[in-house]
Amino acid sequence: MFYREAGQYKTSYAADQAIFPVLQDRLGLIAILIVAFVVIPLSGNEFLLQAVMIPFLVFALATIGLNLLTGYTGLLSLGTGAFMGVGAYACYKLATVFPQVNILIWVVVSGFFAAGIGVVFGLPSLRIKGFYLAVATLAAQFFLSWCFIRIPWLYNYNISAAIEVPTRTAFGVPVTGPTATPVTRYLVVLSIVVAMTWLASNLVHGRIGRMWMAVRDMDIAAELIGIKLYRTKLLAFAVSSFYCGVAGAMLAFLWLGAAESESFNINQSFLVLFMVIIGGLGSLTGSFFGALFIWGLPIVLRNAPGAFGLSITAATVEHITFMVVGALIVFFLIVEPNGLARLWQIGKQKLRVWPFPY
Amino acid sequence: MRARGQVDVAAGEAILSIENVSLAFGGVKALTDVSFDIRKGEIRAIIGPNGAGKTSMLNVINGFYQPQQGKITFKGKPRTKMRPHEAARGGIARTFQNVALFRGMSALDNIMAGRSLAMHVNFFWQLLRYGPAMAEEVAHRRRVEEIIDFLEIAHIRKVQVGRLPYGLQKRVELGRALAMEPELLLLDEPMAGMNLEEKEDMSRFIIDVNNQFGTTIALIEHDMGVVMDLSDRVVVLDYGRKIADGTPEQIKSNQAVIDAYLGVAR
Amino acid sequence: MDLLYQIFIDPFVQMGTAPDLLVQTLWEGLVSGVLYALIALGFVLIFKASGVFNFAQGIMVVFAALTLVGLYEKGVPAFLALALTVVVMLGLAVLVERLMLRPLVNQPDIVLFMATFGLTYVLIGLGEMIFGGDPKVMIADQLYLPRGAIDVQMLGGFVSLQKIDIAAAVIASLMVAALAVFFQKTRIGRALRAVADSHKAALSVGISLEQIWVVVWFAAGIVALATGIMWGARSNVSFALEIVSLKALPVLILGGFTSIPGAIVGGIIIGVGEKLGEFYWGPLLGSGIESWLAYMIALIFLLFRPQGLFGERIIERI
Repeated sequence: MFYREAGQYKTSYAADQAIFPVLQDRLGLIAILIVAFVVIPLSGNEFLLQAVMIPFLVFALATIGLNLLTGYTGLLSLGTGAFMGVGAYACYKLATVFPQVNILIWVVVSGFFAAGIGVVFGLPSLRIKGFYLAVATLAAQFFLSWCFIRIPWLYNYNISAAIEVPTRTAFGVPVTGPTATPVTRYLVVLSIVVAMTWLASNLVHGRIGRMWMAVRDMDIAAELIGIKLYRTKLLAFAVSSFYCGVAGAMLAFLWLGAAESESFNINQSFLVLFMVIIGGLGSLTGSFFGALFIWGLPIVLRNAPGAFGLSITAATVEHITFMVVGALIVFFLIVEPNGLARLWQIGKQKLRVWPFPY
Repeated sequence: MRARGQVDVAAGEAILSIENVSLAFGGVKALTDVSFDIRKGEIRAIIGPNGAGKTSMLNVINGFYQPQQGKITFKGKPRTKMRPHEAARGGIARTFQNVALFRGMSALDNIMAGRSLAMHVNFFWQLLRYGPAMAEEVAHRRRVEEIIDFLEIAHIRKVQVGRLPYGLQKRVELGRALAMEPELLLLDEPMAGMNLEEKEDMSRFIIDVNNQFGTTIALIEHDMGVVMDLSDRVVVLDYGRKIADGTPEQIKSNQAVIDAYLGVAR
Repeated sequence: MDLLYQIFIDPFVQMGTAPDLLVQTLWEGLVSGVLYALIALGFVLIFKASGVFNFAQGIMVVFAALTLVGLYEKGVPAFLALALTVVVMLGLAVLVERLMLRPLVNQPDIVLFMATFGLTYVLIGLGEMIFGGDPKVMIADQLYLPRGAIDVQMLGGFVSLQKIDIAAAVIASLMVAALAVFFQKTRIGRALRAVADSHKAALSVGISLEQIWVVVWFAAGIVALATGIMWGARSNVSFALEIVSLKALPVLILGGFTSIPGAIVGGIIIGVGEKLGEFYWGPLLGSGIESWLAYMIALIFLLFRPQGLFGERIIERI
């Protein structure tokens, strides 16, 4: 009853093809944006911002990137961590070599470097299909991880082999470095993520999204209707890596303030892949759900014993977290292989007919 | 659409000629020295028992398989090697025995995918969506809706195709092929698995496509009634060889065809 | 120019001038190759029989080894601990079948693959919780595995062969032979191959999927245990082995996902290639290239033969 679309008729194809054709969806989106841009910063809770919201947004962007490649185009990638790393190191070099340029520009530009590397490691997709292609991305992951340590030029010959983010300002306010406040950094990350999500949404709902999904569902048939497979796949690698690169740059510059090769290792790749799977392959909203779930659940698990007055060692909590996450992955796959996004859709369906059962 | 080297073919002239084509997979000879032509504007049926090589023939025309021998001339331009997307660009579309739809997408999106060749607005505008990309999207949507009306599938156009019954899936697949505005349409057993009413609908669509849009059609079909009613000419394959070629009446009374395939009326 | 010399000439010169070192390196490569092959074997077993790529194979190796050592440390005599570990692996196979495989029957392969990711994390958490995260020493002596080395005089120097490595090669070969016979000749083996082809078809001819899966996961568990013992005897038992097991992927690519002899051949190629590359070309590029060399080798192979060395050519019927 709350979600009834009856009465919302479209009188033009443009209106019918709107991304949120249902009024309730649009209102919901506006509400979320208000909460995100206004309510959360005003709450001023530093822990919420630094430990929850900022990393959630950063990973959500990386999840969108991986989802474009794996969920929409069907090309499994295990190199997400490395592509994020390329963005981070590119941003660092650009920021230190050209300190006068606005850092936000470099954060976005670093995506292009990641896109370039992504295309290089996507070149095998001409010959190699499916699961075998994942190995190419694994090669990328391990090779680039090695590069991040073995090429000292990347971290300006710093002895610790890590990049330390310098202080940079935008419009007079420090956005990176020790003096940048969590609120500032949060708003910057939020703006970038919202903008890039909007762009991804546009792509996915138009011709390019259809091409990607056609390649995913049946690439032979896609070829037959005139789609150039190679170009479509490489475009997917490029765009996906761009998003992961920007996410990586934000991880280093706007969240942690520092980064090293281990920040972009194979475990990071798996983490983002879990977010895609749990959230739902081929769904942008699912990417947000997945990132929130996979990132937030361990935090909840870590703090829950304290809240209930139980004292469990941090190590044990860590172990239990692993087990719970693993079990939940299996559980989700059994219950809803299409992820949280599908559960969300089913929920909306129920709202549509509530209080009737169907 | 006209590729370089192709000529406009007048009605009645051969739009496609197959000359001495042979195709083998390892030791299996799918086609041996097959020659026939398809005239512009006609409905040509390809019939024969299972395993005769009919689908392989279509796959060769469409660029999936490269024949070891022989020549194919399409719209005046001979070619030895053609990739499937080049065939698409040249104006050849097809449907499949086992429906080859994009299961994750709705019927509407599947047919819109068929417009890919005609959609040109570049990546940058796609990012913004509003503007040239939306205008192009809407223009093509109009064309696709015409096809949807023509095929009477408007009521299921937003449904994910994986959920549709087989008969409707076949219609959506035909719609996607039509969206390419092809000059030559290859249909691989379009009536398979359909009941009488569905067959009548599909026959009607095929005839209408041929009449209204002037599309040349090559069709593989087992239902002899359909073949006799719909087609202008028939070619009969058996074990990879051509055993007869002519009008439906000629084929019906051809002894070799009766022995191999039709059987005798009781 | 100098660089070209360093890449294309110098390493071969080095190989020629110290052939005993070359043989040593080849031997080391062979041994690590055999161990990679053992891990790959576990993957092949499960993939051949259920079409599932069991990402958790690596952690099963660690888990099996940890259980064995853990039981021993609690005071259980070595061979009894071994028997109990076998029982534990059987229990694990039953649990996995009931809780994971049965609910997911008929789902596409990618879903099952992802489920094994979940299983991996569960086993990591469980293993760390029960046994702790510190590296442990494998009870090689107590299992009567040989120690020490044999030094063979040859080619102007000598080559040192660790006895444990020879034992590993022998045990691996025996396992492979046994498994190959099992799959080809026995009724259960045939049923396993049927299940790998199609769950639905196998069910319809009356093959009990549940039993088959328990059998095959148990077999993979045994292979994991043997692998864990061998690996642990050479270096310690730790969770780092989990990442090493990812190296099985290049092995599987070369050898094919369903070929048991292929796993051995692939393992040896990767092992030898990696060691040679690391020893002769490593100093040129900087240390640590073994972290990615195996994947690059596999990638280059794939570019020439997209279906792997032994893989079946995928012919798509339209």
